[in-house]
Amino acid sequence: MIVMTDERHGPVVEVPPAAASHGYWRGVFSRLAKDKTAIGCTVILTAIVLAAVFAPLIAPSDPSVGSVLKRLKPVGEPGFLLGSDELGRDMLTRLLYGGRMSLITGIVPVALALIIGGGLGTLAGYMGGWINSIVMRTTDVIFAFPSVLMAVAISGALGAGLENMLLALTIVLIPPIVRISESVTTQVRSLDFVEAARASGAGSLTIIRAHVLGNILGPIFVYSTSLLSVSIILASGLSFIGLGAKPPTPEWGLMLNALRTAIYSQPIIAALPGVMIFIVSLSFNLLSDSLRSAMDVQR
Amino acid sequence: MINPSIEAHGVPFLETTDLRKHFVSGGGLLSGKPRVVQAVSNISFHVDQGTTLGVVGESGCGKSTTARLLMGLIERDSGAVRIEGKDIGGPQGLDIKEARRQMQMVFQDSFASLNPRMTIETSIMFGPRVHKVSKSEARRRAHSLLDRVGLQPERFAARYPHELSGGQRQRVNIARALALEPRMLLLDEAVSALDKSVEAQVLNLLLDLKDEFGLTYLFISHDLNVVQYISDRVMVMYLGKVMEIGPVEDIYNTPSHPYTQALLKAMPSMDPTQRTESAPITGDPPSPINPPSGCRFHTRCPHAEDVCQLLEPQLTVTRPEHFVGCHMADIDSGHSKAGNG
Repeated sequence: MIVMTDERHGPVVEVPPAAASHGYWRGVFSRLAKDKTAIGCTVILTAIVLAAVFAPLIAPSDPSVGSVLKRLKPVGEPGFLLGSDELGRDMLTRLLYGGRMSLITGIVPVALALIIGGGLGTLAGYMGGWINSIVMRTTDVIFAFPSVLMAVAISGALGAGLENMLLALTIVLIPPIVRISESVTTQVRSLDFVEAARASGAGSLTIIRAHVLGNILGPIFVYSTSLLSVSIILASGLSFIGLGAKPPTPEWGLMLNALRTAIYSQPIIAALPGVMIFIVSLSFNLLSDSLRSAMDVQR
Repeated sequence: MINPSIEAHGVPFLETTDLRKHFVSGGGLLSGKPRVVQAVSNISFHVDQGTTLGVVGESGCGKSTTARLLMGLIERDSGAVRIEGKDIGGPQGLDIKEARRQMQMVFQDSFASLNPRMTIETSIMFGPRVHKVSKSEARRRAHSLLDRVGLQPERFAARYPHELSGGQRQRVNIARALALEPRMLLLDEAVSALDKSVEAQVLNLLLDLKDEFGLTYLFISHDLNVVQYISDRVMVMYLGKVMEIGPVEDIYNTPSHPYTQALLKAMPSMDPTQRTESAPITGDPPSPINPPSGCRFHTRCPHAEDVCQLLEPQLTVTRPEHFVGCHMADIDSGHSKAGNG
């Protein structure tokens, strides 16, 4: 943005004085509310979440009851709006119910990893020195394991079950978030305004809260949302080997796996669970990108 | 050694003795011998209440490190900093938070020193809020300071830093520094990045503020004209050492140290008859990683003799309040020109 300025009187463009009462976050949300992409993504995500929550009310049939005679019906078949799967169960019903498990396995581990990994990374980046060394070297150790292997090992050791799977996924997702947080914090930390805040006598936590967080959250959010789809896919992998959701529980990743044999006969149906994962993760990604640019006051 | 900070003046506002900071890098498991950058080596000086000490020197001579040491932004290896005789961080002295309330700093980069996501009002209010000033009082203070530095609060308070010009941003930084009602400002190249006309305005603002609030300044700059204009006393630094310190007219009219003489000769003159025909000193200063032995300036000094390589000169008083770190100023040093100049 270019503003014509003269030294004595400042930018010629007038800013209405009413803006003074607006806080930073209020400004962020008002900018977000004007962003069409952000509104669209919010609508889609809200619809998917509501559909999953109220699946028993809106689903046309039972997710676990099927008939072998009606297997792999195409999209639009009477009684099967989105076709049927390899066991003759209604796809629409299973996609609605499947959202419950998949949204949980996508969002919960990423949210937990964001809080823990973001906190550790910011702390390591801001403090530097030996705190940084301890946090980052530990992260490197975990990072050295392939993520799938790590997730399998942890949930295998803890035993099957949803909670253990979520825990395993969280642990796997923490290291990359720590890395990102640490590197953006290190960049912000070296800027003079952080130095000036220290010179005003503020403590580290106050400086992180007031000066650092606003400048690092954007990139960390954007990166974390890209992990949502990773988390859903990893969860489906765990389910596939019997460490997560168990059939016949509907779950997008598990469905994608089960339907892969039908890819030649009913490609559209086989792709449907993947489309859902794609829509959810893309919506989150676009939404966080909008959030990042709404947080940037220099637009 | 005569310590220039011990003078018959009563207690100076700010005083340092043997301030030292050596940065160590490397020295890890595989990187071999650590490299020690001798950024600031045992410097002592004082600034009297209500006066301005100008600090000049080439890049890398330790000017900014000195300011950051005084603020406690980097930890000093040794030495003491005292405000009105009270040690900062000492047992019966001031704690660092109180010291930072009394001393504030303005940085060179006006843009980087303001949080890009904070309105300037919030930036100015931050310091007072940290020191438990109520929100309304902090806002009132911010508005009156904005007004004082020449920015109408009703138009500028809600702006973000990128919406202001460099000069306006530096005014905001000055207001921010003053928001804690400090008694001293450390101005680290505070006007160096500004256009000449804006620089003059900000300098005059600084002079006005000094009178109005009874401030004491430490003014760091590489611009000798600006330092001459604003300072009462001047300290010349070279490779982390004080070369010469004294009253401004004294330093500018009759510099005693060869380095100061060279610096002043390098100053472009407005008088066409006073041309600078050849560069008084050439090349870059030696690296502070392995500074020269003895007098650190001997590698570039036109008067260097054996004694300069062997012995480090101590600050010697030549005229009242004028101290020079050169063997030629010390009659007993053994330098052939000692006592003449």
